[in-house]
Amino acid sequence: MRRLEHAFADSQRETALVAYLTAGYPSLDETVDLVDAACAAGADVIELGAPFSDPLGDGPVIQATTQQALRAGVTVATTLDLVAKVRATGNDVPIMLMGYCNPFLRYGLPKLFADAASAGADGFIVPDLPATESTDWLVEAEGHNLGQVFFAAPGSSPERLRRTARQSRGFLYCLADNGVTGVRDRLADGLDAYLARVRAAATTPVAVGFGISRPEHVAALRGKVDGVIVGSALLKRIGAATTPQQRIAETTTLISELKEACR
Amino acid sequence: MSGWFGGYGGQFVAETLVAPLEELEAAYQKAQASEDFLSELDDLLNRFVGRPTPLTRLRRLGVEANGCTLWLKREDLTHTGAHKINNAIGQALLARRIGKRRIIAETGAGQHGVAVAAACAHLQLDATIYMGRVDAERQAPNVQRMELLGAEVRLVDNGTATLKDAINEAIRDWIAHPDSTHYLLGSVVGPHPFPTIVRGFQSVIGREARQQFLDSVGDLPDAVVACVGGGSNSVGMFSAFLDDPVRLIGVQAAGEGLGPGGRHAAPLLYGEPGVLQGTRTYLLQDDDGQILLTHSVAPGLDYPGVGPEHSYFKDTGRVEYRTASDDQALATFALLSRAEGIIPALESAHAVAGGLELAEELPHGSNILVNLSGRGDKDLVSALAAIRERDGADR
Repeated sequence: MRRLEHAFADSQRETALVAYLTAGYPSLDETVDLVDAACAAGADVIELGAPFSDPLGDGPVIQATTQQALRAGVTVATTLDLVAKVRATGNDVPIMLMGYCNPFLRYGLPKLFADAASAGADGFIVPDLPATESTDWLVEAEGHNLGQVFFAAPGSSPERLRRTARQSRGFLYCLADNGVTGVRDRLADGLDAYLARVRAAATTPVAVGFGISRPEHVAALRGKVDGVIVGSALLKRIGAATTPQQRIAETTTLISELKEACR
Repeated sequence: MSGWFGGYGGQFVAETLVAPLEELEAAYQKAQASEDFLSELDDLLNRFVGRPTPLTRLRRLGVEANGCTLWLKREDLTHTGAHKINNAIGQALLARRIGKRRIIAETGAGQHGVAVAAACAHLQLDATIYMGRVDAERQAPNVQRMELLGAEVRLVDNGTATLKDAINEAIRDWIAHPDSTHYLLGSVVGPHPFPTIVRGFQSVIGREARQQFLDSVGDLPDAVVACVGGGSNSVGMFSAFLDDPVRLIGVQAAGEGLGPGGRHAAPLLYGEPGVLQGTRTYLLQDDDGQILLTHSVAPGLDYPGVGPEHSYFKDTGRVEYRTASDDQALATFALLSRAEGIIPALESAHAVAGGLELAEELPHGSNILVNLSGRGDKDLVSALAAIRERDGADR
């Protein structure tokens, strides 16, 4: 939690940038390099996705990366190993593990949180785990002092927002729009009013994601949220590149541009 | 409504779906207490669906085996040819009350898709149906029916391009359009309140069958048998007999018939609990929690999970679960057609196969009630090809 709190501490001056990468995409070794490149270019938090066969909250771009990772045999265990490898390079940026309930439950929650803590991860983002089903997870998260991120949606009622925000450890993930993850041309209509409602309900930092694709999107959100989360736009750039060097260059370029827009 | 059946069920969904699910639960509870809603539903069930469906006593099967009598609850005789219409018309009516005019649905065998398309045409709602490409190919007549009824059919290529993948795409559509759209889920699976709502609309099967049986025989059946894919026809049937001294038997798809190591769709026998598509239930999954590929000759049973209430029934022992293989289902498909003049859906043929097996185990003179959940017209091409292939292999 300490690293995570620190990442959002200065968000009044500068929006925190959360970069999503899929563990094992395009390969486990390259993911370590891409994490380092994203951090060097200004990413404040890494969201590292553990693959699942049925990623209901993801659009085609992230689905394609997790399918490739699955075919390469990436599991929860190898994703945790990846975190340890990143830490071994001396990287101290907070790493949030993203994944769907079932692989995590199969691994076993007590072991999952213990192993995540010892690997050097900072918490979990689980898109099919609403706060109302999270009792067991929160016990573990508190026990290991890890983050447990819940979501706000455009249709969330005020009571729901308050409850979700109160239970979120680390930050509240504010879904910018209805729909699954993916690149979008513009921010959703009515986003400002919705963000204001979320801010009013939340005492934890608020990071907004889904469809945040371009520097102008990030610039438009400056001062309104504590963090922005970018996933599909980054993976699309990485996917279009053909060599490891190009993939690192694309990551560096996009993250630098987005980070510039945070300031 | 708690949404839990023992330790199974729940609402494991994207936050975006919490508000529409809460809205649906509230609307369902209100509708259940509304005379207007219930009488409109009754009227539709009688005059559009064709209820009550008859109870047919088989003349040869069972009797010849061991002097047992098999009774079929004829859901195959409903409009559109399967029990799916009971739930489709109920939820479509509910969606109209909520004010949602766009309906999305998944379909495996195509029976739910056809039922939704018909219900939506009848109530003047827009229907979009997701169907795996593999299923669409093996159930081509149902694709034509859906389109003729005015529905848009969207083919899904992800995964194994079958039922699970169609549900994934329908859920993604719902996440994108939670305000305007009702997801008309076709089985007792998915997040709360779907397992409860679908059971509610399918419980008409059990209510009718129990009364018809008492009227015909003067006693309760000794056993009630139904096939279990997602589990809606079986839960609908079993729900009326839970407190009776009656054996309840659910038949899952053993696929190749090679047990847990072969290709099958029997999570209640060979699976372990986990979370998929919004609910905690028995699943076919690997050691890393990835969902495994399934196989059944019956597309409506070709699913790696099962309704959470079945998981609860398995653990409590109230329902016994067994399997029928592709071969058994195909043989029963042909047998019931020739011996009794009834062409069953391949899904329902699993239930009849289970009933015939039971007839050999139960004492002479026992009465076995089998839910014939649907008719087999949709299966003619694929079933006859599979039977020919097996006959060829036997020579």
